[in-house]
Amino acid sequence: MRDFDIVIVGGGPAGMAAAISAREQGIENIVIFERDSELGGILNQCIHNGFGLRTFKEELTGPEYAERYADKVRDMNIPYETDTMVLDISKDRVVTILSRKRGVEEIRAKAVILAMGCRERPRGALNIPGFRPQGVYTAGTAQKLVNCEGYVPGKEVVILGSGDIGLIMARRMTLEGAHVAAVAELMPYSSGLKRNIVQCLDDFGIPLLLSHTVVDIKGKEKLEGVVIAEVDSTNTPIAGTEQFYPCDTLLLSCGLIPENELSKNCGITLDPRTNGPVVDEGLETDIDGVFACGNVLHVHDLVDFVSEESARAGESAAAFVKRGCTPDDTAAIKVVPKNGVRYTVPAEIHTSDLLGDVHIRFRVTGVFKDCSVVIKAGEEELVRRKNRILVPSEMLDIIIKKDKLAGVNCDITAEIEEV
Amino acid sequence: MTRDLICINCPMGCEMTVEVENGKVISVSGNTCKRGEIYAESEISNPTRTITTTVISAEGRPVPVKTAQPVPKDKISECTAAIKAAEIHLPVKVGQVIIDDLLGTGSQVTVTKTVQ
Repeated sequence: MRDFDIVIVGGGPAGMAAAISAREQGIENIVIFERDSELGGILNQCIHNGFGLRTFKEELTGPEYAERYADKVRDMNIPYETDTMVLDISKDRVVTILSRKRGVEEIRAKAVILAMGCRERPRGALNIPGFRPQGVYTAGTAQKLVNCEGYVPGKEVVILGSGDIGLIMARRMTLEGAHVAAVAELMPYSSGLKRNIVQCLDDFGIPLLLSHTVVDIKGKEKLEGVVIAEVDSTNTPIAGTEQFYPCDTLLLSCGLIPENELSKNCGITLDPRTNGPVVDEGLETDIDGVFACGNVLHVHDLVDFVSEESARAGESAAAFVKRGCTPDDTAAIKVVPKNGVRYTVPAEIHTSDLLGDVHIRFRVTGVFKDCSVVIKAGEEELVRRKNRILVPSEMLDIIIKKDKLAGVNCDITAEIEEV
Repeated sequence: MTRDLICINCPMGCEMTVEVENGKVISVSGNTCKRGEIYAESEISNPTRTITTTVISAEGRPVPVKTAQPVPKDKISECTAAIKAAEIHLPVKVGQVIIDDLLGTGSQVTVTKTVQ
């Protein structure tokens, strides 16, 4: 049985940043397991630009951002094994892996970092009526086909959901010669970034139909078209507003789900709001020595945030190994989301033994204009930050200084105050 | 005349109001940083975009590429067609230039991923 200090599950941006940071903390015996044949994760298929402004102060494409981290992993001689699938993680951190080279193998880890990312909600999770014809894809699948395999899945396209991947695929399919008839969005606002609506839809005259959804899929063997209807404030389709859009391709961009099958089997408690593990300020789950970061923890909008968060997970895992794998038994306070804050990561903080300032990351429940984000411990205000506009598609990052938290021993709250 | 623009430089997507007179920008508000101002200026006078796409190599593999400098917005489709027509052979390295001056726009087209 091979032994490692830190095993990292996933070689995408989260896994690579965690590995680099753990190595920088002096942990030598690390390994990254990646099920794909190369490092980089989903960044390899995100060939559009807009990555890395915070990290590198320049605008990179996904593969460029990934390659910088992969180069660093190789420069630091951090071992990684590709084409390797992690099948199971036990509570005492025995990791079962499967690879063509070594077959099924059990590995002992002092600490494990979960960095498996997320996946898109497929049609089955959306309950759209109709047959199951060929031609219905998640936007990410289409992205992989077009950008990595070189196949364009169709010519006449409708997109359901205005998530960033859907918006970006609207542009991508257009550049590849397809016609995108419309993007339908159930909510009265887009769930994608504003810049993507401008440069992926507006630039190409692609209509965004807010408060609309697909109510029927036509075609049995092959997709023939979809029926789009307007919905009311309870998201119920309004009779009489149905319109038929002939198409050969329907792309679904209806939200991302953290990929937590391994975490569930390990017995890690998940937060029903994020679908990711409940973690403390060191991003440690409720299983000692198992940490989580990146999109498996909560879905991010910026990879720069993923890298930063994962570096902290690497640092915490390194600290856990260095102190002899003893769990942090000090009492933790809870972080309670209130008025307009949907969830927070972390959900709890050990205030007595902080490694550094604490990042509180969250999303809001709706659109808020001219408001403040307020973090309080009881009646005492720890942080207040003004915002012109907050939207659910943007992840917020509020930093509480280490010394502000030092004496706090009651739960803290995070909320939105409208002016 | 005022125009409402959304800055596309970074994911913040600042909502800006631009005061325009005779095609010239008089003032910009709502931006968080200098880049917003520069974007507003260029969006009013000469809107440009970065193109990212793939070129299928002679060996049959798609290679991701980008315009190293943004090109005029109204030339996106011509430029994309010209990029698609480029001939490349593996291996390629990230940063490698495959077109030096794309349709006279002055923009280089570079490879964005090392492919062996």
